[in-house]
Amino acid sequence: MKSYPISIKPFGERAVLVEWPEKVSESILADILDFMDAFKELEIPDWEMSVAYNSLTMVYNQDHIDFEETKNMILECHEKQAKSKTERIQHLWTLPVCYDLEFGMDIEEASKTLGLSVKELIEQHTSHQYVVYGIGFLPGFMYLGGLPSTLEIPRRAEPRLKVQKGSVGLASKQTGIYPQDSPGGWNIIGNCPVDLFNPMKDDPCFVKVGDKIQFERISKAEYKLHKIEGEVGIYEPEKVVLNA
Amino acid sequence: MLKVLKPGLYTTVQDLGRYGHRDIGVPIAGAMDVESVKKANLLLENDENDAVLEITMTGPTLQFDTDTYISLSGAHIVATLNNEPIDNYSVIKIGKGDILSYGRLELGFRGYIAIKGGFQTKKVLDSRSQFYPVTKSARLKDGDEVPYSETKNYEPKISEVKIEEHFENNILKVYKGPEFSLLSDGQLTEIFAKPYTVSKENNRMAYQLSELITGHSHSMLTSGTLPGTIQLTPAGRMIILMKDGQTTGGYPRILQLSEESISILAQKKYGDELKFKLV
Repeated sequence: MKSYPISIKPFGERAVLVEWPEKVSESILADILDFMDAFKELEIPDWEMSVAYNSLTMVYNQDHIDFEETKNMILECHEKQAKSKTERIQHLWTLPVCYDLEFGMDIEEASKTLGLSVKELIEQHTSHQYVVYGIGFLPGFMYLGGLPSTLEIPRRAEPRLKVQKGSVGLASKQTGIYPQDSPGGWNIIGNCPVDLFNPMKDDPCFVKVGDKIQFERISKAEYKLHKIEGEVGIYEPEKVVLNA
Repeated sequence: MLKVLKPGLYTTVQDLGRYGHRDIGVPIAGAMDVESVKKANLLLENDENDAVLEITMTGPTLQFDTDTYISLSGAHIVATLNNEPIDNYSVIKIGKGDILSYGRLELGFRGYIAIKGGFQTKKVLDSRSQFYPVTKSARLKDGDEVPYSETKNYEPKISEVKIEEHFENNILKVYKGPEFSLLSDGQLTEIFAKPYTVSKENNRMAYQLSELITGHSHSMLTSGTLPGTIQLTPAGRMIILMKDGQTTGGYPRILQLSEESISILAQKKYGDELKFKLV
């Protein structure tokens, strides 16, 4: 696979921003993840990296950095990256969503705006796989790509002061889940009973950038069951390895 | 234990922050004014990352249940121990039952209470900094108890220092942000020629400035943000992200505060004036 060109910009005293071509693309994301793997192989402690679509923010927690020196180190690593491909395990997660009106308070209005029936909207939302292009904004919030254009709908004119934890929303080219109660302007179509962020677990956020998500329609009874299973810690979302 | 008799306006446990979890969207959190925390901890010969209490404008009333030593730093807020005035930047001996309380704010916005050995709340994701939902609560409430270890007969190397406060000036040093090149000559003149004031919208997540500059219609893909990142909204509002700020954002990042300037801004409140200086 070809490597994309990168540009490196200073970002304050201890960080740099590495940017790939400005597109939402799975092959660009794969290239970023390859670069991250190559950089991790250098085993330089105290660097942390976070991906968002076509960019990687790299922060050195230890000290201030010399930009030119850092830039050269990154370019060198990027150069070598193609030669040292590591195996990466990525998952497809099936996340249950209850689309009942009780949770999806905007689903009827959204369907109308989109010219679909509620059933069609749910079928379309659950029939696609969405790529995780980044985790940010709130702990455990996934930036998902791959929403069909038939589900693109503007944000609500007035954001809500409180959107309930687990709410599944639609807004322009994005769909996603609010991992905690939060203000928000997305159109809420359902609720996912799975904890996307749990700081008490060894791995507080089971989804990784590069994974895929597919939603599965569940009934309210199943929703309640999953919620209880989650609280007692026995619920594991369904997953398959993508690149086995 | 330190018992919270009155919580004050916004009192939190903070160390220097929660590092290594940006990739799952966890903000760094940690003390807003790192400079002041380091000084208070240094005076007690603590580790600079030992947890302190961060108080905001209106201080709490607190009662200690075992012997220890504390030092106060940051904003100048009249503080008393059992109704006797105490000063910032001095090592103060605390006995069982002593009550620390606060009065009028004189300078700055955020004060710190460091304690010998640091506050011992449970670490979550490698840090004691309070940030909901990583920690169970966002701040201290009435009746909360904050653990610390007993210290008797400590002989401080230095018991008091005179300090020239870093936050007496109002010039914020900024670097070019990733989208700096989007700024027109007109916008640059607006930003650097005029003073700005802190708006009512200011907290541990972000400081918004009251005055607008010329807006823009640039749209970009969501990308990383840091404490000290200055975002420009399409309407021309400058938003400066602080320690609890989100890890990603979709507005152009025009400027980036120096770390020293984050500590200065942390001590500014609604209506205070600021100037930017490009370095």
